[in-house]
Amino acid sequence: MSTRSTVSAALLASAFTAALSSFAAAAPLSEAEGKAAMDAGKEKCYGVSLAGMNDCAAGPGTTCQGTSTIDFQGNAWAFVPGGTCTAIMAPGDRMGSPEPLTRDLPA
Amino acid sequence: MPAIDTYAAGFVSALLDPERPAPAMVSGPGRKAAAKRYGVYRNNVTVSLINALAAVYPATQRITGPDFFRMMVRLHVRATPPASPLLFEYGRDFPAFIECYEHAQSMPWLADVARIERAWLDAYHAADAEPLSPQAFAVVPAERLAGIVLVPHPAARILRSRYSALAIFAANRVDRPVTSIDAGEPEDTLVTRPGLEVFARRLPPGGAPFLIHLIAGEPLGTAAAAAIDDSPDFDLAANIASMIGAGVFIAIHWGN
Repeated sequence: MSTRSTVSAALLASAFTAALSSFAAAAPLSEAEGKAAMDAGKEKCYGVSLAGMNDCAAGPGTTCQGTSTIDFQGNAWAFVPGGTCTAIMAPGDRMGSPEPLTRDLPA
Repeated sequence: MPAIDTYAAGFVSALLDPERPAPAMVSGPGRKAAAKRYGVYRNNVTVSLINALAAVYPATQRITGPDFFRMMVRLHVRATPPASPLLFEYGRDFPAFIECYEHAQSMPWLADVARIERAWLDAYHAADAEPLSPQAFAVVPAERLAGIVLVPHPAARILRSRYSALAIFAANRVDRPVTSIDAGEPEDTLVTRPGLEVFARRLPPGGAPFLIHLIAGEPLGTAAAAAIDDSPDFDLAANIASMIGAGVFIAIHWGN
């Protein structure tokens, strides 16, 4: 059997009174201040993507950097994370960076 | 000359699989094989998709380092090609991929960090809407408050994590050194964009169930009760204040 809480109208009303009083302290922005706040950071590009991302990203020299079968050779190091993850303590006090994995190394 | 869609289907058939030869229909001058020419297209597709996800998931890339990240994304790109021509739509399945990716298992929080990054971009592209002002709530009579239903802002999103996903996200979205972070602290995140700027903030105890119920269209009284059930520490007044301040809702339906 679940014991569902109920919230009385009085409790809700007093919560709103307290919540709304926290806004009353802040004076409303003048129209000019509001417009200035809205204008800040107004550089949005709808419909495209982040800046520059809808260009053809050919990569240096349009060679086979991203594709050819050599991708998977000599790349075992790429399976080991190398960024800031070592600063992040996983639960159980394991460090973020694992031991190098041996099964992906070339024969 | 094959029909254009037949040609396109043949052309893309090997774009994402470098093990497959270039389609026979692709040829150079004098009908010579054109594997290298085809490789240019292959490269452009893969590199542009990897770069797109690097732009969507900068914290994730910073955490893993670019080599690990690009390898992980490359495998994802090959398994999950885009379904939309809009590049910013791409990669919605990437957090789920990270969760299952065998080499990322030592970073169990990484998928949740990526989910916050995805929510950030979706909030960025969500429709603009004017959030409710404090005054809009002040006119609701006390006895009607429990029954009101709130309409969520199109940008509002809640993410729950068993890990410190927001702290890790925040530390890695800025170009500053990352000091030691304990990943084991569960965090709930609210992503909103009341104006033009996206905010990601940590929710207090009970805040996530409170907002999830409200966003799902349940009455305020029901949502508050669910939050108290979830967390005895739930502070109703503080959560109402932060919900209004963060611009999570845009309209009040007064119910019956």
